[in-house]
This record gives sequence, C-alpha cells and structure tokens, in this order.
Amino acid sequence: MKKVAAALLLFQLVLMSGTPFVFSQESPTGAAATAPAVAAPAPPPTVDAGDTAWLLASSALVMIMTPALGLFYGGMVRRKNVLGTIMHSFVALAIITVQWVIFGYSLSFGPDIGHFIGSLDWVGLKGVGLDPNPDYAATVPHQAFMVFQLMFAIITPALISGAIAERMNFKAYVLFILIWSTVVYNPLAHWVWGVGGWIRNLGALDFAGGLVVHISSGVSALAAALVLGKRKGYGVELMAPHNLTMTVIGGALLWFGWFGFNGGSAVASGALATSAFVVTHIATAGATLSWMLVEWMHRGKPTALGAVSGAVAGLVAITPASGFVGPLPALLIGIVGGAICYGAVSLKPKFGYDDSLDVVGVHGVGGTWGALATGLFASKLINSAGADGLFFGNPGQLGIQALTVVAAWVYSFILTLIILKVLDAVVGLRVSEEDESEGIDISQHGETGYTF
Amino acid sequence: MIRIEAIIKPFRLTEVQEALVGMGVQGMTVMEVKGFGRQKGHVEMYRGAEYQVNFVPKLMLIVVVPDNLAQDVVAAIQKAAHTGKIGDGKLFVSRVEDAIRIRTGESGVEAL
Repeated sequence: MKKVAAALLLFQLVLMSGTPFVFSQESPTGAAATAPAVAAPAPPPTVDAGDTAWLLASSALVMIMTPALGLFYGGMVRRKNVLGTIMHSFVALAIITVQWVIFGYSLSFGPDIGHFIGSLDWVGLKGVGLDPNPDYAATVPHQAFMVFQLMFAIITPALISGAIAERMNFKAYVLFILIWSTVVYNPLAHWVWGVGGWIRNLGALDFAGGLVVHISSGVSALAAALVLGKRKGYGVELMAPHNLTMTVIGGALLWFGWFGFNGGSAVASGALATSAFVVTHIATAGATLSWMLVEWMHRGKPTALGAVSGAVAGLVAITPASGFVGPLPALLIGIVGGAICYGAVSLKPKFGYDDSLDVVGVHGVGGTWGALATGLFASKLINSAGADGLFFGNPGQLGIQALTVVAAWVYSFILTLIILKVLDAVVGLRVSEEDESEGIDISQHGETGYTF
Repeated sequence: MIRIEAIIKPFRLTEVQEALVGMGVQGMTVMEVKGFGRQKGHVEMYRGAEYQVNFVPKLMLIVVVPDNLAQDVVAAIQKAAHTGKIGDGKLFVSRVEDAIRIRTGESGVEAL
C-alpha cells in the first residue's frame, strides 16, 4: 500500500516538473488541472491514510515545539521571570488557535485578493472540511492541512517573546501577538504559501517557513527590542540564565518537534518527507558542532547554552532548504549557520539593543542565511518540483531568494514597529520599574516559579 | 562619623547607589530584610484563598560617612528612594564611636 502511495506521489511530482516551481506546503494539483471540463463532476480527491497519519503526527510534533520554546526561553531568564516567560509561549497556543479558526486561516490560505492576502470566505473554517483541498494538499483532509499550518502560526509570534523577555506587560503582549498574527503573519503566509500569493508566484523556495516563520519573527524581534528598550540594569548587572537544564530540555524538544515542522511540510508521507527529515537532523548536528567549536576557540569553553543555541540555529537555517537539498549541502548549511549565528549573537552588545534571548541573532540571521542558502544548494534531483540553485547552474534562484528576504525584512520590521508604537500609546508596553525589579512572575501573574 | 541605616524598596537600590557614589561615599553594605511599618503588611490572594503578608521584603543599606557629609547623604537617599507610595521605607541616623580598617589598622574617618 505504502509503495503504491509513494509511486503515485512520485508520478505526480514528475507531472509537476513542467511547472516552474512549487511550494512545499502544497501538494500536486494535477488532478484538478487535468479533470475533464465537461461530463459529471470530477471524482473527489481521495484521502491517503499514510499521508494523513504523517501530517497529523507532524502537527502534534510542531505543537509541542511551542511549550518547548517556553522551556528553552524560560531557562534563560532570571528566576523571577520564569513563569511569565513560559506563559508567553503557552498562551500563544490558545490565542492564535482561536484567531486562526475565526479568521486567521482564511486570511492566510483563503481565496486570493490581489496577491496580498486571503479573503474572508473561509471565516470560521467555513468550507474547510474533511475532503482534501487539492490546491494545498490533495491527499489529506483539508482540516489536517489547516491544523498543521495552525501550529506554525502559533510558534511564530511566540518566538518574538524572547526579545521582550523580563519586561513586557502581559496585557500588551496578548494584544501584540493577536494583532501581529493578523497583520504580519497572515499576509506573509499568504504571500509565500497561499494560492495566488506574490512570492509564491515569483518562484521563491521556502520549504517550511524560513521567511514566514524565522525571518518574520527574527526581524520583528529586532523592532520589538528597539521599541521596548533595554531591561533595567542591562549591561551593568549579571543577567545569567537561571536554569540551563530547562533550556537544554526545551532545545532538545524543539529538535524533536522540528522533524514534524520540516518533514511534515512535504504534506505527504514518503520520499520527500524522508529527505526533509534527514537533512534537518544533519544540519542541526553540524550547527551544534560549529557553534560549540567557534565558541570554544573564541571564549575558551564550550558551553551548554552554546551547544543548544547552535542546534536551534541549525534547525532555523535548514528550514527553508529542507525539502530541496541533499545531505552534504545540509551539513554545510548547518555548519555555516551555526558559525554565523554565533557571530551575530556575539556582536549584539556592540549594537546596544537588548534582544534578551537572541531571537534576532538566531532566527533573523539564521533564517536569512537559510533562505539564501536555499538559492545556492537547491537541486531538482532532490525535489523535482523545486528549482535548481546557484551551484546547480541556476544563479537566478539566488536573486529571487534575496528579493523575497528583503521584502520579508522590510514588511515585518515596519509593521511591527507601527503595532508596538500604537500599543505603547494605548496600553503601555512595559511593566513599571518596581514590577520589573520584583519580576514579572509576581507582578503579572501573582505566582512564583519556585517555592524552595 | 554618622551611620545611616536606610530601609528602602528593593527596586530603588541602583538609584540610591548611584546617588551616593556620585557624592563621594566610599562604601556601603546592603542586606535583604523583611519587616512592617504602620501599614502592618497586607492581605494577598492566591486561587481565591486569602493570606496575610506580615513582613514585606525590603533592602537595608548601612552607610557610615564623615559628619560633614551626613546631611547631604540623608537627603540624597530620601530623594532617590522616594516613590510617594506607602512602603517607601525609613532612615535611621546615629553617631558612630569609631571605625577601624582591618587590613591596615587605620581608624576614625581614615578608615571609611
């Protein structure tokens, strides 16, 4: 059965190779295109059990990444802020789910309006049922695709929370991620993955969200760190992580969940999912090693925080490339990604902004590297529905990748700046000095992480 | 020599420290303390259950300064620690007999 499904998938991919590009998070649309124009309505696309099983499992894997991010970030803050930091991630699960069901999914993937955003036709998941939508995933129920995409929408704003850690008012944070998802994430997801989106039409490659997830969150983190300002005592007091064990557990769970993030982005089970899964693992190992080694040479000791940060940098870097590159290019993407991100994080103090947990250095810089590296190493031998990169004789792809990176940077930065300035005027972004000193756990949530 | 004990809100420490260092105070000692004043603590709630907070966390600074600095130091601490809300703390001013630097044996104002 599996072999038949894989063969069918392969066949469909071959059919697709005539079209100039394809985005990962969709599956072949051959069925709809070749359906007879007259006669009885085309038979509904059939649901493939293997594809559906993998996509649902992947959705669960990506879901656990958000609380994992809470642990990853929570360990890095001071103990008085651990619960508030974990809450930034955890609450995103609830807020963005409700937003997504009511209108977020429709804005991202609904019928196109001007190549910029989805329409409101799918509000409240109207028409998003259990039959496949061949535009996005021809072999799984539409709701499986919807819930998989939801998990990406959840983790993206949560990633930004690392830049505003230890000082943001919870009410302002809740409003921020709700508005940010609506005016930054939903349009960007539409540009890149939605049918009719302009970046998708351009032929850019973004397998699992280098632009949509990592560049958008990393750049927005920069804007947020600039608007919020430094933590009280930044640059004077020691702000060492309070529990690195927690950070390593969170990082390990992110690595685990990322197999669903990248592997699931094939929206099918089989060869492409396997390739994405394997290169994800390889790049992550490469980046862990390179960050550790560079830090060892530069600062004298290989730290646990460095190793786990390197792993996340590798995961970020391989994300856009994961469905288009082979094992050795993946290793190189990881090794270079770990080193570049280490450099970016080391340079942060020179720039003077307080991106508390290095979202810019890891997601902004790592995501940018990954998007460009996709333009270097992508190969149709890996994914016939993709495109060749510079090293496979197609230098134009790098130009397309660069253009879309610039668009994502500019859009995310400016919109985040505006959202935060408005929120600051209306509700105030920061907690009071006294509350910041006491910690956001007590002042925002009335609890403490530890009673011993 | 004058000893000033200042009980302040913890988050004002940096401001007080900066003010005092700026006016030439050579050193200070800080302790984490708990206590109450006229307000006698307060009631807080957790999951619907009330509990009494009798002793509120504060910081206590001890500074010993030459007589001629004392008045300015008191004023500076009061200014830097002031928020205008209940619980800003108190200052206690007292005279010190002598001071000795352990390493060199210097005494009096020399030892400060």
